[in-house]
Amino acid sequence: MNNIVAFDNVVKRYPGGKLALDRVSLALARGEMAFLTGHSGAGKSTLMKLIGLIERPTRGRVVINGTDLARVSKGQVPRYRQRVGLIFQNYNLLFDRTVFDNVALPLVIRGQAHRDITRRVRAALDTVGLLSHEKKFPITLSGGEQQRVGIARAVVARPHLLLADEPTGNLDPQLSADIMRLFTRLNETGTSIMIATHDIDLVEGLRYRRIILDHGHLEQA
Amino acid sequence: MAARRPSSRRLSELALTESLTGWAVAHARCLLESLGRLSRRWIASALTVLVIGIALALPSGLFVVVKNMDRLAGQWHQSVQISVYLDNDASPETGQRLTDDLADEPRIESTRFISADEGLAEFKKASGFGAALDALGDNPLPGVIQVTPRATLAPAAVSELVEALGQRDSVAKASLDEAWLRRLSAILDLISQASWVIGLLLSAAVVFIVGNTIRLDIENRRQEIEVMKLLGATDAFIRRPFLYSGMWYGLLGALVALIVLGVCRIALGGSLATLVSSYNGAFAITGLGLNGVFWLIAAGLFLGWVGCAITVNRELAAIEPR
Repeated sequence: MNNIVAFDNVVKRYPGGKLALDRVSLALARGEMAFLTGHSGAGKSTLMKLIGLIERPTRGRVVINGTDLARVSKGQVPRYRQRVGLIFQNYNLLFDRTVFDNVALPLVIRGQAHRDITRRVRAALDTVGLLSHEKKFPITLSGGEQQRVGIARAVVARPHLLLADEPTGNLDPQLSADIMRLFTRLNETGTSIMIATHDIDLVEGLRYRRIILDHGHLEQA
Repeated sequence: MAARRPSSRRLSELALTESLTGWAVAHARCLLESLGRLSRRWIASALTVLVIGIALALPSGLFVVVKNMDRLAGQWHQSVQISVYLDNDASPETGQRLTDDLADEPRIESTRFISADEGLAEFKKASGFGAALDALGDNPLPGVIQVTPRATLAPAAVSELVEALGQRDSVAKASLDEAWLRRLSAILDLISQASWVIGLLLSAAVVFIVGNTIRLDIENRRQEIEVMKLLGATDAFIRRPFLYSGMWYGLLGALVALIVLGVCRIALGGSLATLVSSYNGAFAITGLGLNGVFWLIAAGLFLGWVGCAITVNRELAAIEPR
């Protein structure tokens, strides 16, 4: 139970035969932040998808926060996902809603009371420094700002695990560094975070553990 | 301090109230949000609503027509006439006497005697068989008394009267001129059944129209639905605004149908007024009535909901984040 993420001999073979993950065992401690790196096609996205229950492993066990994901039925997937914060390379914001409504979405999905929503959305937007932008539409924001909205949306429901798949993939180095500082701050408040990135330069100077994937195999750094 | 803390029972009541309020708020939000979605693509929505409206107006209009014709046929039943055919050897004087006797009967409104000769003259004029009838020599037609029963007489009493007239001396046969009425009532039954069949077919059409519109709507929102699923939205949560959209389509379609019926009533106003005035106030056109309006709206809501429900589950299941 001390590990928020635990992979035990996980194999993922896609229909068609491609072996994406080959006997991967790893763990992320509660409150830890780690980078998942490797060349493109190394299996980073597959690993993230297994944690988000977007894919199921071919063999092996994935345990998240004490829950064996093999025992989460299709109908229980929504409830499970509500406890994991997902951050995407392309932000995945809804462009017909304001920044506020985008961030509020996870709380609306959970059926939270209106005044709680307002309070928590403001808090999340304050954390990412976008409180003054709450009435704007995402299209009017820069890429870095859009990703910060994405992060606010991921943390607003206080998930016990934050997963970011190439969060800085579309951003320049300056903005990427800003986003990383934001993750560092979130980690310092106790959130467990796993960040998949192929941007080695970005990770180099940071003191966090690196999990390296190479053609579906795990290399310990 | 402890005394001021609410009991656990009170707390659970509070939680229940809160979750019920949350549920109501979520539905109200969906109701308005789905209306907002319709208005954002209002041309496409308006076309859909218009088609639904016309599809609903047709069977409703037929229903109104049948309802009025039924009442009209009831009126005609009261203006029915009895033909009393006299024996061939009865003289015109006997016929005239009988006619005057019958006119004093309380059950009878009025009588008119048509002698054999008058009947033949009328028939010659109407049929154009003049020369052929001349060749017959003898007049083959009997004398006839046309009897109009009192309008207050029930159909059963009219039948009794016909029976009694048939038993009289010098009378060969008395018959009710109601064959055309029976045909009319059969035609009305047919129209009434046809309106049910047409109603069913058009209801199916409404279901498919709504289903198709919702399918396109879902296709347009594929990315949004994927994101919501990634954020942990249940299928019920994603489905809800679409179901409300379907019901809005149905409701607005029903309102359009009411407008269409109203416009038809105005367009037909002139000829309807002529028809009604010929009844000297004894007959008035009725519309759908409050009941009919209620059922039309209920049908619209139900069909919209069904059209959406049969589409949305299948379409949503096909959308999974990758």
